[in-house]
Amino acid sequence: MEAVSRLIMQATETGAADATAAKKANAAIGAGFAYGIAAIGPGIGIGYLVGKSVEAMARQPESAGMVRTTMFLGIAFTEALALIGFVVFILIGL
Amino acid sequence: MMTANPMATRLEGPAPEVEVTKDMLRRGVIVAPVLVAVCSAIWGGRGAASSAFAVALVVFNFAVSAGIVSWTSRISLGLLMGSVLFGYLIRLGIIFLAVYLVHKAQWVSLPALGTGLVVTHLGLLVWEMRYVAMSLAHPGLKPKRP
Repeated sequence: MEAVSRLIMQATETGAADATAAKKANAAIGAGFAYGIAAIGPGIGIGYLVGKSVEAMARQPESAGMVRTTMFLGIAFTEALALIGFVVFILIGL
Repeated sequence: MMTANPMATRLEGPAPEVEVTKDMLRRGVIVAPVLVAVCSAIWGGRGAASSAFAVALVVFNFAVSAGIVSWTSRISLGLLMGSVLFGYLIRLGIIFLAVYLVHKAQWVSLPALGTGLVVTHLGLLVWEMRYVAMSLAHPGLKPKRP
Protein backbone atom coordinates (compact mmCIF):
# COMPACT_ATOMS: atom_id res chain seq x y z
CA MET A 1 0.00 0.00 0.00
CA GLU A 2 2.83 2.32 0.95
CA ALA A 3 4.64 1.53 -2.32
CA VAL A 4 1.52 2.34 -4.33
CA SER A 5 1.03 5.70 -2.62
CA ARG A 6 4.73 6.51 -3.19
CA LEU A 7 4.29 5.68 -6.89
CA ILE A 8 1.21 7.92 -7.13
CA MET A 9 3.09 10.80 -5.45
CA GLN A 10 6.03 10.39 -7.84
CA ALA A 11 3.69 10.36 -10.84
CA THR A 12 1.95 13.54 -9.62
CA GLU A 13 5.28 15.34 -9.14
CA THR A 14 6.52 14.30 -12.60
CA GLY A 15 3.22 15.39 -14.14
CA ALA A 16 3.44 18.81 -12.49
CA ALA A 17 7.02 19.25 -13.68
CA ASP A 18 5.99 18.19 -17.21
CA ALA A 19 3.10 20.68 -17.19
CA THR A 20 5.40 23.52 -16.10
CA ALA A 21 7.95 22.63 -18.76
CA ALA A 22 5.24 22.40 -21.42
CA LYS A 23 3.84 25.78 -20.36
CA LYS A 24 7.31 27.31 -20.58
CA ALA A 25 7.95 25.75 -24.00
CA ASN A 26 4.58 26.94 -25.32
CA ALA A 27 5.30 30.48 -24.07
CA ALA A 28 8.69 30.46 -25.83
CA ILE A 29 7.15 29.21 -29.09
CA GLY A 30 4.36 31.81 -28.87
CA ALA A 31 6.85 34.58 -28.17
CA GLY A 32 9.00 33.53 -31.13
CA PHE A 33 5.98 33.61 -33.44
CA ALA A 34 4.90 37.00 -32.03
CA TYR A 35 8.32 38.54 -32.74
CA GLY A 36 8.67 36.92 -36.16
CA ILE A 37 5.22 37.90 -37.38
CA ALA A 38 5.56 41.39 -35.89
CA ALA A 39 8.78 41.90 -37.88
CA ILE A 40 7.26 40.89 -41.26
CA GLY A 41 4.78 43.79 -41.51
CA PRO A 42 7.31 46.57 -40.82
CA GLY A 43 9.74 44.87 -43.23
CA ILE A 44 7.18 45.10 -46.03
CA GLY A 45 6.29 48.65 -44.98
CA ILE A 46 9.89 49.86 -44.94
CA GLY A 47 10.55 48.24 -48.32
CA TYR A 48 7.57 49.98 -49.87
CA LEU A 49 8.35 53.31 -48.19
CA VAL A 50 12.02 53.39 -49.20
CA GLY A 51 11.24 52.14 -52.71
CA LYS A 52 8.80 54.97 -53.32
CA SER A 53 11.16 57.51 -51.71
CA VAL A 54 14.04 56.40 -53.96
CA GLU A 55 11.74 56.72 -56.97
CA ALA A 56 10.74 60.24 -55.87
CA MET A 57 14.38 61.29 -55.29
CA ALA A 58 15.41 59.92 -58.70
CA ARG A 59 12.59 61.85 -60.40
CA GLN A 60 13.12 65.09 -58.48
CA PRO A 61 16.58 65.34 -56.91
CA GLU A 62 15.89 68.97 -55.94
CA SER A 63 13.28 67.82 -53.39
CA ALA A 64 15.52 65.05 -52.02
CA GLY A 65 16.06 66.81 -48.67
CA MET A 66 12.36 66.90 -47.86
CA VAL A 67 11.83 63.34 -49.10
CA ARG A 68 14.76 62.04 -47.04
CA THR A 69 13.50 63.73 -43.87
CA THR A 70 10.00 62.30 -44.19
CA MET A 71 11.43 58.92 -45.29
CA PHE A 72 13.64 58.73 -42.20
CA LEU A 73 10.75 59.55 -39.88
CA GLY A 74 8.54 57.06 -41.75
CA ILE A 75 11.13 54.31 -41.33
CA ALA A 76 11.35 55.04 -37.61
CA PHE A 77 7.57 55.04 -37.17
CA THR A 78 7.23 51.77 -39.09
CA GLU A 79 10.01 50.27 -37.00
CA ALA A 80 8.06 51.11 -33.85
CA LEU A 81 5.68 48.26 -34.77
CA ALA A 82 8.54 45.78 -34.80
CA LEU A 83 9.77 47.22 -31.51
CA ILE A 84 6.35 46.69 -29.92
CA GLY A 85 6.46 43.06 -31.14
CA PHE A 86 9.92 42.74 -29.63
CA VAL A 87 8.71 44.09 -26.29
CA VAL A 88 5.88 41.52 -26.29
CA PHE A 89 8.53 38.87 -27.04
CA ILE A 90 10.77 39.88 -24.14
CA LEU A 91 7.86 40.05 -21.74
CA ILE A 92 6.49 36.61 -22.69
CA GLY A 93 9.52 34.68 -23.85
CA LEU A 94 12.67 35.81 -22.05
CA MET B 1 8.29 60.51 -68.55
CA MET B 2 12.08 60.31 -68.15
CA THR B 3 13.45 59.37 -64.76
CA ALA B 4 17.06 59.16 -63.60
CA ASN B 5 18.49 55.73 -62.97
CA PRO B 6 18.33 55.15 -59.18
CA MET B 7 21.41 52.92 -59.37
CA ALA B 8 23.51 55.73 -60.80
CA THR B 9 21.91 58.66 -58.95
CA ARG B 10 23.58 59.86 -55.79
CA LEU B 11 22.73 62.69 -53.45
CA GLU B 12 25.31 65.29 -52.57
CA GLY B 13 24.85 68.00 -49.98
CA PRO B 14 23.69 68.09 -46.37
CA ALA B 15 22.15 65.04 -44.71
CA PRO B 16 18.81 66.02 -43.11
CA GLU B 17 18.47 62.70 -41.26
CA VAL B 18 21.67 63.42 -39.34
CA GLU B 19 20.20 66.76 -38.23
CA VAL B 20 16.96 65.00 -37.24
CA THR B 21 18.94 62.46 -35.20
CA LYS B 22 20.99 65.18 -33.49
CA ASP B 23 17.71 66.87 -32.52
CA MET B 24 16.41 63.57 -31.16
CA LEU B 25 19.63 63.05 -29.21
CA ARG B 26 19.23 66.50 -27.61
CA ARG B 27 15.62 65.67 -26.78
CA GLY B 28 16.68 62.28 -25.47
CA VAL B 29 18.96 64.03 -22.97
CA ILE B 30 15.96 66.06 -21.80
CA VAL B 31 13.57 63.08 -21.69
CA ALA B 32 15.92 60.51 -20.09
CA PRO B 33 15.90 61.90 -16.51
CA VAL B 34 12.10 62.14 -16.53
CA LEU B 35 11.69 58.57 -17.79
CA VAL B 36 14.30 57.26 -15.35
CA ALA B 37 12.53 59.03 -12.47
CA VAL B 38 9.12 57.63 -13.45
CA CYS B 39 10.47 54.07 -13.91
CA SER B 40 12.38 54.35 -10.66
CA ALA B 41 9.17 55.34 -8.86
CA ILE B 42 7.35 52.32 -10.32
CA TRP B 43 10.04 49.58 -10.47
CA GLY B 44 12.73 50.93 -8.12
CA GLY B 45 16.47 51.01 -8.86
CA ARG B 46 16.25 48.19 -11.41
CA GLY B 47 13.60 50.14 -13.29
CA ALA B 48 15.79 53.24 -13.36
CA ALA B 49 18.79 51.34 -14.74
CA SER B 50 16.66 49.49 -17.28
CA SER B 51 14.98 52.65 -18.58
CA ALA B 52 18.35 54.39 -18.93
CA PHE B 53 19.58 51.38 -20.92
CA ALA B 54 16.42 51.57 -23.08
CA VAL B 55 16.99 55.27 -23.85
CA ALA B 56 20.60 54.56 -24.82
CA LEU B 57 19.49 51.68 -27.06
CA VAL B 58 16.85 53.78 -28.83
CA VAL B 59 19.24 56.70 -29.43
CA PHE B 60 21.91 54.28 -30.72
CA ASN B 61 19.32 52.73 -33.06
CA PHE B 62 18.38 56.16 -34.48
CA ALA B 63 22.04 57.11 -34.89
CA VAL B 64 22.89 53.90 -36.78
CA SER B 65 19.82 54.30 -38.99
CA ALA B 66 20.72 57.92 -39.86
CA GLY B 67 24.35 56.95 -40.44
CA ILE B 68 23.34 54.23 -42.91
CA VAL B 69 21.01 56.55 -44.85
CA SER B 70 23.48 59.47 -45.04
CA TRP B 71 26.46 57.26 -45.95
CA THR B 72 24.75 55.21 -48.66
CA SER B 73 22.85 58.11 -50.26
CA ARG B 74 26.22 59.63 -51.17
CA ILE B 75 27.09 56.43 -53.07
CA SER B 76 23.89 55.42 -54.86
CA LEU B 77 20.12 55.38 -54.31
CA GLY B 78 20.05 51.66 -55.12
CA LEU B 79 22.52 51.00 -52.33
CA LEU B 80 20.40 53.19 -50.04
CA MET B 81 17.39 50.96 -50.71
CA GLY B 82 19.27 47.74 -50.02
CA SER B 83 21.14 48.96 -46.99
CA VAL B 84 18.02 50.38 -45.33
CA LEU B 85 16.29 46.99 -45.67
CA PHE B 86 19.26 44.97 -44.45
CA GLY B 87 19.98 47.66 -41.88
CA TYR B 88 16.49 47.11 -40.47
CA LEU B 89 17.25 43.42 -39.97
CA ILE B 90 20.69 44.09 -38.52
CA ARG B 91 19.42 46.79 -36.14
CA LEU B 92 16.63 44.50 -34.89
CA GLY B 93 19.30 41.84 -34.37
CA ILE B 94 21.51 44.26 -32.43
CA ILE B 95 18.60 45.28 -30.18
CA PHE B 96 17.74 41.61 -29.60
CA LEU B 97 21.36 40.80 -28.79
CA ALA B 98 21.74 43.77 -26.44
CA VAL B 99 18.59 42.82 -24.52
CA TYR B 100 19.39 39.09 -24.56
CA LEU B 101 22.85 39.68 -23.10
CA VAL B 102 21.53 41.65 -20.13
CA HIS B 103 18.11 40.07 -19.53
CA LYS B 104 19.33 37.94 -16.61
CA ALA B 105 21.44 40.67 -15.02
CA GLN B 106 20.60 41.80 -11.50
CA TRP B 107 19.91 45.40 -12.52
CA VAL B 108 17.42 44.61 -15.30
CA SER B 109 13.65 44.80 -14.98
CA LEU B 110 12.12 43.54 -18.23
CA PRO B 111 8.79 45.43 -17.94
CA ALA B 112 10.72 48.68 -17.36
CA LEU B 113 13.05 47.92 -20.26
CA GLY B 114 10.14 47.18 -22.62
CA THR B 115 8.19 50.23 -21.56
CA GLY B 116 11.29 52.40 -21.86
CA LEU B 117 12.00 51.15 -25.39
CA VAL B 118 8.50 51.81 -26.74
CA VAL B 119 7.86 55.08 -24.89
CA THR B 120 11.26 56.60 -25.78
CA HIS B 121 11.09 55.54 -29.43
CA LEU B 122 7.56 56.84 -29.99
CA GLY B 123 7.96 59.88 -27.73
CA LEU B 124 11.13 61.14 -29.44
CA LEU B 125 9.61 60.52 -32.88
CA VAL B 126 6.38 62.37 -32.16
CA TRP B 127 8.30 65.28 -30.64
CA GLU B 128 10.63 65.47 -33.63
CA MET B 129 7.76 65.08 -36.10
CA ARG B 130 6.07 68.10 -34.60
CA TYR B 131 9.20 70.17 -35.27
CA VAL B 132 9.65 68.76 -38.80
CA ALA B 133 5.98 69.25 -39.67
CA MET B 134 6.15 72.88 -38.55
CA SER B 135 9.34 73.59 -40.48
CA LEU B 136 8.08 71.83 -43.66
CA ALA B 137 4.64 73.48 -43.58
CA HIS B 138 5.98 76.94 -42.73
CA PRO B 139 9.61 77.19 -43.92
CA GLY B 140 9.79 80.85 -42.87
CA LEU B 141 8.69 80.10 -39.33
CA LYS B 142 11.96 78.41 -38.25
CA PRO B 143 10.70 76.76 -35.04
CA LYS B 144 13.16 76.79 -32.15
CA ARG B 145 15.46 73.75 -31.71
CA PRO B 146 15.65 72.18 -28.24
